[in-house]
Amino acid sequence: MAALHVQGLKKAFGGLPAINDVTLEVAAGERRLIIGPNGAGKTTLFNLITGDLTPNAGSISVLGEDITRLLPHRRAHRGLARTYQIITLFPRDTLEHNIALALLGLTKARWDVFRGFSKHFYEDAKQVLGRVGLDHLAQRPVSELAYGEKRRVEIAMALAQKPRVLLLDEPLAGLSREERASIKQLIASIPRDTTVVLIEHDMDTALDLADRITVLHYGRVIVEGTRAEVVADPKTREVYLGH
Amino acid sequence: MLLLLLALLPVAMGEYYVNLGSQILIFAVFAASINLLLGYGGLPTLGHAAYLGVSAYLSALVALKLGLGHALGALLALAGTVAMAALFGLIALRATGLGFLMLTLALSQVLWGTAYRWVSLTDGDNGLRGLTRPFGLDGAMPFYYFVLAVTAGSIWFMARYVASPLGAALKGTRDQPRRMAALGHHVWMVRWITFIYAGFWGGVSGLLFVYYHKYIHPVSLSLANSAEGLLAVIAGGSGTLAGPLVGAAIVMLLKNYVSAYIERWNMLLGFVFVFIVIFMPEGVVPGVKRLWRRFTSKG
Amino acid sequence: MRIANLTHGALYMLGAYFGVSILKVVPNLWLAALLGGLAIGVLGALFEKLVLRKLGGNVLGQVLVTLGVAFIIADLCLMVWGGDPIPIQTPEFLQQPVRLWGLVFPAYRLAVVVLAVLVGVLLYLLMERTRLGAMIRAGVDDMEMARAVGIPVSRLFTIVFCLGAALAGAGGIIGGPIMSAYPGLDSDMLPLALIVVILGGVGSLFGAFVGSFIVGFVYTFGVALLPDLAYVILFLPMILVIAFRPKGLFGKFAA
Repeated sequence: MAALHVQGLKKAFGGLPAINDVTLEVAAGERRLIIGPNGAGKTTLFNLITGDLTPNAGSISVLGEDITRLLPHRRAHRGLARTYQIITLFPRDTLEHNIALALLGLTKARWDVFRGFSKHFYEDAKQVLGRVGLDHLAQRPVSELAYGEKRRVEIAMALAQKPRVLLLDEPLAGLSREERASIKQLIASIPRDTTVVLIEHDMDTALDLADRITVLHYGRVIVEGTRAEVVADPKTREVYLGH
Repeated sequence: MLLLLLALLPVAMGEYYVNLGSQILIFAVFAASINLLLGYGGLPTLGHAAYLGVSAYLSALVALKLGLGHALGALLALAGTVAMAALFGLIALRATGLGFLMLTLALSQVLWGTAYRWVSLTDGDNGLRGLTRPFGLDGAMPFYYFVLAVTAGSIWFMARYVASPLGAALKGTRDQPRRMAALGHHVWMVRWITFIYAGFWGGVSGLLFVYYHKYIHPVSLSLANSAEGLLAVIAGGSGTLAGPLVGAAIVMLLKNYVSAYIERWNMLLGFVFVFIVIFMPEGVVPGVKRLWRRFTSKG
Repeated sequence: MRIANLTHGALYMLGAYFGVSILKVVPNLWLAALLGGLAIGVLGALFEKLVLRKLGGNVLGQVLVTLGVAFIIADLCLMVWGGDPIPIQTPEFLQQPVRLWGLVFPAYRLAVVVLAVLVGVLLYLLMERTRLGAMIRAGVDDMEMARAVGIPVSRLFTIVFCLGAALAGAGGIIGGPIMSAYPGLDSDMLPLALIVVILGGVGSLFGAFVGSFIVGFVYTFGVALLPDLAYVILFLPMILVIAFRPKGLFGKFAA
């Protein structure tokens, strides 16, 4: 059973088709890389999968369950997590508060009005931060962090959800060489019971991480296969050189 | 600390000030309930007077038309207010930001207009009079202590809410609603629950209000009243629970002293709004701090 | 324009009061409406340029400022023109009732309807068929992009606000024979305007047009049947529409 299955997905804005009949199957534990020139529809695809956008046609399932009609927060409960291209953290709050909110989202306690929040969730948050090497900064507000550290927190937040399917939207964007290497290591260390789909522009780093690659162009899947297959395919070169 | 000071107030000051103190505390509960939505939820509401008014009117009507006692009256009034808040929340939360604000305004105006027109029920422009205070607390000082106790309790409950997991979720939805949904939080539900909770405490302030004045008039449901509550929150700063309390004191004192000299309170209110938005958008208390720093560093 | 403007009712009222004063000097209602509208338009433009523009995107700020100004205008009117309602004379040749299809209509009200339709059509043509309208719509849709293409968005917004204010002011005078000028006129008009815009959909002129018809009909008949619940009936269409369609009937985006 595929971890993520997208079938015949279509989404148009006004007259413009952003996603034009995309079908995709990602096996459990797989690392899938989605590439394509700017405007190919990569982030739109992610937004459709997470439920931020509703498709005009097609279906989406996670681990065999159809999630096409589910609201975004319910998809999180089905094991979906994501990071954003633009850092979407809570800047005025501390790191442990940020992660704690992520931990809270999937528990019954999120409806609790009596317990003190910090007392019960900050400990676990620190542990998650430890896994990404940021626990020493647990009590600093996010706004004080370097960009690379913030990217790390984004990923930590998603990992805190213990997702089955993790969508990473350009996790390496804007990072220095060392930072990229360390994030790459972080992603590589994610256990295989989480399926990872990532969007990236940085070919060198990303190609290493991927088992299979999907190339999108104008909202369509142009090429799909292993790294060797995709690199050899003439259509891939066309997509990138045609610019 | 503060509570002690407030408790000692009536001992130190005369009846006029004790009454003023009661009014400030009542208004503080009202402002704090608005801040649950505005400051903590990021939902600007311009119709909160509706809950103060509904609760006050229900309590008055139950006493006058059904002859029920205060305890039962308060229960019914608050139950009615919560029901109204639940319904209004369903409607207003179909939008966010500006749309939400417009809807809260519109819904509150419905109640205001109805209070005026449905004369057979509310006696329209005459208001409802002849009401009594619970436990016969007609003296300024005993009533003040009653109000102080209720206010302290209200603030305590609101503080608990804000510090709880749901409160943290609320603040999260204020800052990054999309992110919160992706983390599994039911953003709409968090907001709706908060809306009802805020309405409840608005209703509590309404009960205190009608007990204090022993009278209720449609003007208490007006936009101006909601706006004054909003002003209190903004004046004191919406970032904390204490802010609205300070703001409430500022606005009430201003109203009391200024209206002795200036007939046009509405106009002054208008000028104050414009002034604050232009010069101190983050709230009066932080704004004054900032201007003071700038002023003193120039020297 | 995506601006929260609670001053509009007050501008309408100010227009009506301006009309009262202007009519003492210029006895022609239409001319007075033109002059009054112009004056209010200028005031509106000044307000937009000096105050409102600085609050782009700050919804709460816009609301408070426009609310504040509305309060100020309301009390100023009270101070200058007093607390009693001031009637405005219907123009002479429209004082006779008109016979149409066997029914009798007051001529002035018919004239107002005709004028309203005319203004609606003109505005629609302006927004949809002229270059100016296209630029304005571009500015609303994507301010940055429009600026990048050379469209003077800020100046256009001032013009639009000015136009809106002028229409409100002129409307106050034209509505004068029907409503008079009285304190509280602003709080009577503002909810109507808000309801119509929310119900019809933000950003849609056609929606506002349709909205006003719906609200007008429902309100007039409702009030005749259930006068106690007049206010509820007034808001009911809007509440119902929003409950099912947050965008309003023809709105481009949820308010």
